[in-house]
Amino acid sequence: MATRGFTGKTSPADYADRIPPGQSRTDGFPVLSAGPTPRVSLGDWSFTLKIGPRPVMRWTWEELTALPQTKMTRDIHCVTKWSKLNTPWRGVLIDDILAEAGLTSLPDYTLAHSFDGYSTNVPTADLIGGKAMVATHYEGQPLTPAHGGPARLLVPHLYFWKSAKWINALQFLERDEAGFWELRGYHIYGDPWREQRYRGDQ
Amino acid sequence: MMDTTLEEGHVQWQEAVIERIERQTERVKSFFLRPQTWRSFRAGQHLDVRLTAPDGYQAQRSYSVASPPEFEGLYELVVERLEDGEVSPFLHDVAEVGDAIEIRGPIGGHFAWGPEDGGPLLLVGGGSGVAPLMSIVRHRAAVSRDVAVVLLQAARTWDNVIFREELIGRDAAEANFTLLLSLSRDTAHRPQDYGRRIDASLLNISLARLGTAPRLTFACGSNAFVEAVTGYLLDLGSDPKTIRTERFGG
Repeated sequence: MATRGFTGKTSPADYADRIPPGQSRTDGFPVLSAGPTPRVSLGDWSFTLKIGPRPVMRWTWEELTALPQTKMTRDIHCVTKWSKLNTPWRGVLIDDILAEAGLTSLPDYTLAHSFDGYSTNVPTADLIGGKAMVATHYEGQPLTPAHGGPARLLVPHLYFWKSAKWINALQFLERDEAGFWELRGYHIYGDPWREQRYRGDQ
Repeated sequence: MMDTTLEEGHVQWQEAVIERIERQTERVKSFFLRPQTWRSFRAGQHLDVRLTAPDGYQAQRSYSVASPPEFEGLYELVVERLEDGEVSPFLHDVAEVGDAIEIRGPIGGHFAWGPEDGGPLLLVGGGSGVAPLMSIVRHRAAVSRDVAVVLLQAARTWDNVIFREELIGRDAAEANFTLLLSLSRDTAHRPQDYGRRIDASLLNISLARLGTAPRLTFACGSNAFVEAVTGYLLDLGSDPKTIRTERFGG
């Protein structure tokens, strides 16, 4: 249905193929969070890998940031309708974290946990093969608290709520378990190109 | 907690007719939408709005519902006109009563309140961030007036206070509802209001008005506003698990 009188702002055609349906390009970097920005000091920071309920390995900030550093520049897409192109991140690939832990065979599902109690589920396959990282830097600077610092998960090919801010654990699970927003009406997978915003979207 | 109001139908796009448009302030209008199929919702939830150009280009935005679920058949959206916006200038300058737009929802299971959540409640709104809080204020007045609520609302000036007359009326009429206005570029027009930005002391005063620690705090506004408010609340010892935020802009 065309909306009477609506033409839309002229969108730069050369970027059109990088903006998923229903999204608008922004040059800003909006902040969306379910609650207050938690205060996490680097001294208290830790990151844990779990298989089911069992902790497998735990890193302090110094230990995690001593792992190989990788840069990743990606387009990101927030379910609240904005997309931001060419965002430059640095951090540690999930592949490198798993290699350090000596984990090769993993359960199919992952729940990412955060310091503020937030969680989000991502299939394990979407975290490996160079697709995701624990990001500690944005535009060459330490990640600010409002954007998830000290460290956030970065899974740029899914809607950005999957890139959990203030991450402190990845928990591998045999069956898919919904996270915070997924329990509150949002899509279980969240592919922006298929516009999987809400539960019930195909 | 599962979003129990969510059904498959909530995510289907449908047409809604603009039944009424009311000017709230210089830059803010309320749009009353009558959808083909109205569904009840939790106070605080939002609608997605979709506009389609003749060439098929579509723009989507989310707007909080300001009406309560008691207001059957209609959804009231509060839209601030953003100079560089795409959807809000269309709604303000082009859309007319009788036009149809597409909507889906209401959606969102976190920034929402129902009587089962109890109280007391601290609501903190910045500018048009009052919209979902208004739905909570109205819903609480309809279903659980024993729940104590303080609404600390920030605006630039007295004339920028969205829903001003209704809120002042509720402040006078409802025993457990208190409105405190924080006007950053104006003087206080009522003895209980403040001619300054929200700071730790205004939040402390709001908390003191409630008497006991709020069961839930809802803060909605620009990211800078919400970041400042929640920072003060954490400094004052509020439990972060009781604070829910909704942010816009960036």
